[in-house]
Amino acid sequence: MEVSADRAVCVGAGMCALTAPDVFDQDDDGLVTVLRPDPPAAARRAVRQAADLCPSRALRVAD
Amino acid sequence: MTDTFVPPPYPQARTCPYDPPPGYRTFREDAPLTRATLYDGRTAWLVSGYDTARALLADPRLSSDRNRPGFPFLSPRFESFRGRRPAFIGLDRPEHAAQRRLLIGDFSVRRVASMRGEIEEIVDGFLDAMVEKGPPADLVADFAMPVPSMVICRMLSVPYDDHDFFQDASRRLLQSDDPGVAGQARDDLADYLGRLVDGPPAEPGLLARLVARPDRPDREDVVATAILLLVAGHETTASMIAMSVVALHDHPEQLAALRADPGLVPGAVEELLRYLSIADLAGIRVAAEDIEIAGRTIRAGDGVVIPNSLGNRDAAAFPDPDRLDVHRSARHHLAFGYGVHQCLGQNLARAELHIALTALLRRLPGLRLAVPRDELALRPPATIQGVNALPVTW
Repeated sequence: MEVSADRAVCVGAGMCALTAPDVFDQDDDGLVTVLRPDPPAAARRAVRQAADLCPSRALRVAD
Repeated sequence: MTDTFVPPPYPQARTCPYDPPPGYRTFREDAPLTRATLYDGRTAWLVSGYDTARALLADPRLSSDRNRPGFPFLSPRFESFRGRRPAFIGLDRPEHAAQRRLLIGDFSVRRVASMRGEIEEIVDGFLDAMVEKGPPADLVADFAMPVPSMVICRMLSVPYDDHDFFQDASRRLLQSDDPGVAGQARDDLADYLGRLVDGPPAEPGLLARLVARPDRPDREDVVATAILLLVAGHETTASMIAMSVVALHDHPEQLAALRADPGLVPGAVEELLRYLSIADLAGIRVAAEDIEIAGRTIRAGDGVVIPNSLGNRDAAAFPDPDRLDVHRSARHHLAFGYGVHQCLGQNLARAELHIALTALLRRLPGLRLAVPRDELALRPPATIQGVNALPVTW
């Protein structure tokens, strides 16, 4: 799995950091940062849910 | 659709504190996309299906600009604000994004987590005072309103001592059916917060940081943001706290499950957000371009209303949707909206609700309504749903 985030469209809702905190965080400005672009198997379900919940559709998940 | 067909009115009054009004049944039957008649006799698209609601809320062809012709106002009070420069929630990109971006760092998951200790102290303080005074109490006035009110005051560096003024002004702004009264309330809040914005900051808070930025927005926008954060920051969470108590009172088996396992509270907060859908008035848009969706064509200039109480009760997204179930996974609810306008303060609201409900469950195991539930005076439609008073005992 490969995870990326588009900070240009991020609105800082924080759904990703809430849903998959081992993989996503928000910087001091509230924008998404990807902590683990190659998340471990155990986090993958949460990553998919985070991508689904992201209100600005800023997350990209490739298997 | 024939010429004689008049779509049902929207919004309508709830008869149950948490269920959508009975008159919304036809909207649900005609899901996902149907028509509604607004207060002024105009009609608008009404979105009652979850998937369609989410797709449209994320669609940049729908505009939140309330000054755009065709914008579907829900009441004379809303309409009276036409022509004024709205807070950022009433703007489209790029202006919306530019203003929202100045605020999101203050509401991030991490920032909110750092405030939990302070929120717990505030919750305990008001709960102590209520318990000391003894039953009966008005849970709204004694707990549900002061907790989020003090939290947002601390964030904004607004003096909480002025709470009588701004809670009253915010109630007039959100609930008066007289547009003149609501307009005056907005002016009163603008004067009050304008003075705070202009004056030397008493202590560093969100507003002071906003004003100090080299890229600060215009003063008018800062004041509009301050009004929005102050009003939205306490009215919505206050209503959720009170209505959660009402809903759990009516569902004793769910209440018992939470008491038995406080670990269920975070999930229960999401389910209560879904089930109560108190900010049912927020999803209003106007199409800026033609949009083909669900086999229909929304034309540019058409009004679109997206009640989250209906998307949140779509069986395709939430099996057995009219059942309150604190065990269900409801995190994909639309209570905070969806798309770029999704609630800025949602993580603060989650933390406040989590802490407040946990404390109520722990400290007041005998908490119950002091009046029959059917006697509660529900707020009218076109405002944050809930009650203005909630007599309780324990």
